Amino acid sequence: MDLKTNDSAGALATGGPAARAGAAGGGHVLPEHPVIRVRPQGSGPAFDLRELWDFRELLYFLTWRDLKVRYKQTVLGIAWVIVQPVLTMLAFTVFFNRLGGFRSEGMPYPLFAYAGLLLWTFFSNAVIYGTNSLIQNSNLVTKVYFPRMFIPAAAVAAGLVDLAVASVVLFALALYYEVALGWSLLLLPIFVALTVLLATAVGLLASASTVRYRDLKHALPFLIQLWLFASPVIYSSSAIPARWRWVYFANPLAGIIDGFRAALMGHAFDWPAVGAAAAITLVLLSVSLYLFRRIEETFADVI
Amino acid sequence: MTRPIVQVERVSKSYRIGGLHPGYMTFREMFAGMVSAPLRRLRGDDERRPSSQTIWALKDVSFEVRPGETVGFVGRNGAGKSTLLKILSRVTKPTAGEAALYGRVGSLLEVGTGFHPDLTGRENVFLNGAILGMRREEIARKFDEIVAFSELEQFIETPVKFYSSGMYVRLAFSVAAHLEPEILIMDEVLAVGDAAFQQKCLDKMNDIRREGRTIFFVSHDTAAVTRLCRRALFLERGRVVADGPAHEVISEYLSANWQARAERDWDEREAPGGGVARLRRLRVSDERGETLAVADIRRPVRVELTYEVLQPGHTLAPHVEIYNDEGAHLFSTHDTSAEWRRAPRPAGTYTSAVEIPGNLLPEGTLLAYASIVSHFPATALHAQEREGVAFQVVDALAGDSARGDYTGPIPGALRPLLPWATRFDAPGGDENFPAARGSAAPHDAR
Repeated sequence: MDLKTNDSAGALATGGPAARAGAAGGGHVLPEHPVIRVRPQGSGPAFDLRELWDFRELLYFLTWRDLKVRYKQTVLGIAWVIVQPVLTMLAFTVFFNRLGGFRSEGMPYPLFAYAGLLLWTFFSNAVIYGTNSLIQNSNLVTKVYFPRMFIPAAAVAAGLVDLAVASVVLFALALYYEVALGWSLLLLPIFVALTVLLATAVGLLASASTVRYRDLKHALPFLIQLWLFASPVIYSSSAIPARWRWVYFANPLAGIIDGFRAALMGHAFDWPAVGAAAAITLVLLSVSLYLFRRIEETFADVI
Repeated sequence: MTRPIVQVERVSKSYRIGGLHPGYMTFREMFAGMVSAPLRRLRGDDERRPSSQTIWALKDVSFEVRPGETVGFVGRNGAGKSTLLKILSRVTKPTAGEAALYGRVGSLLEVGTGFHPDLTGRENVFLNGAILGMRREEIARKFDEIVAFSELEQFIETPVKFYSSGMYVRLAFSVAAHLEPEILIMDEVLAVGDAAFQQKCLDKMNDIRREGRTIFFVSHDTAAVTRLCRRALFLERGRVVADGPAHEVISEYLSANWQARAERDWDEREAPGGGVARLRRLRVSDERGETLAVADIRRPVRVELTYEVLQPGHTLAPHVEIYNDEGAHLFSTHDTSAEWRRAPRPAGTYTSAVEIPGNLLPEGTLLAYASIVSHFPATALHAQEREGVAFQVVDALAGDSARGDYTGPIPGALRPLLPWATRFDAPGGDENFPAARGSAAPHDAR
């Protein structure tokens, strides 16, 4: 057998155990159109939902990995998710409510603080993990193809599991303070969903810009802290003077947290604030999805 | 002729060094520009400084690959091999040109991508499988097979941070080897792992090829490329300079890159040696005396030393040592011929050569080192050089080397072609099958 002329596997498979496999392989029928078209930068489809759907299991695995890794080799494990906001809530209650005299809009202050902290902790963690996620996974980004937005998205999704666990305490507190059950409780998931969308939008933008500008990594803890003060977590938004309220509610998180508390307590909603928060969140998300898609193709070159 | 499964048309990729990427304009203006532009102005940097240069990592690369082909990519670091594979696996996009792929692509750029040290072997199999594009159900179905291939059954519940690097690679390759895309892209996969496992990997890749799947393979191990690939592309400065049968392309690549090392000259100041003798030149040549960087495994190779004798009256023996690229000493040889064996040498310049017969050396990179010694009346070392000259031995797989019909890796420091004989004892001594009819081994056809 002259090996030199055997250009294809079919020719090789003339003897030995390879014959069967080779015959099977010969049955390949090439599709009429390319399965994958590689085109120059800036010419791809702006948003490929089908591809995201095809890769959906990867989002699940990346989320699962982020969760697993975060609580490996910790004694308390997932309990940290509860310990952290509960202790913060107690500190806020002692210092801001008892000593500082902060008001809480007809809610018991611990419940008021915990409800705000629940969303805030999720939001800030999702943004922080999301921002650093692409750099931390640079070995993946430079080696394998998949929709890059799953990396920051997985960081947000992992935070969502934490939020679900931590919300048990919220309901325990609500029972303890004998909050009346009402239909408005059904609106709680909407405000959680808005927080998720907002965190995704910010996470996408921040992670993409960190790929190129590492400055953000240093600025982020500071910016997150400022954002905490600009949101009604510690204090009530009613403390904001009326003529500044429109500026204040440009921060969508303000409308979301207020709406979440109102839904929990069955209070009246500040509809303009909630509407503005939803609109700003959706616009921000569209912009960041668009920008992320536009620049993700250069990640591997610059990360 | 079957249709190509991969069509690459005039693909180019440029990088700018010392400047910003052109593709970044929108985002930079929209977002980061607001933050960083004032900073940059403060520092006095100008992003459009003239020093920014465009580097073409790939330039007008075109080729077609048919289903079932295994194509090796060779070239020096920076020649564009990895960039090309990254474009085909969609990790990065070309600056210009297009490629059409008529099948799913599985890329394996560096084994173990996405392994997390804190996760167990089992967890990493699932994670890595998903990253490489496998469905969860598919991984679950192949899980036992993957673990069995890795031979890590006992350690599969241990976090991989406690694995040795060999175990790590074994698990990672096992996951990757069970991918089932129509087009498999592999880059430097076999850089690590012990010899036995490497063999297993090559066997597995041969199986994949025989199933009719297409493989793109990049490796610095040119011997592995010739073993695994029928066809090779040689890239230089982002262009395809050779495309053809693997052994021919590899020879071309090696001779383009090893020429300088196949011969060494030393001037008076740096000539190795002492007051008695010193070396002036060392080279590898073919039978006709042409300097040779790539040798056909079937042809003899000569190692030639040129040396000066400064102090007359010593008996001298030129001495050559052959090493492989793993540092194993294959053999030593010195001149034992009668002519100068016990004859004191007059001062002057000498050139001695030793001929190593064909079908003795193994495939791969070999190094020859030279020295000048005395063995009579007493042993003494007069000159020794430590740089050596390098040459490649390649097997064209023509069937008349010691390989015969076998195309896999052959362990062993030497690869002599030896005569074999087989005697056949027919049951009952049937006259139609006379004993000793055998010895029909292809080696004898030479």
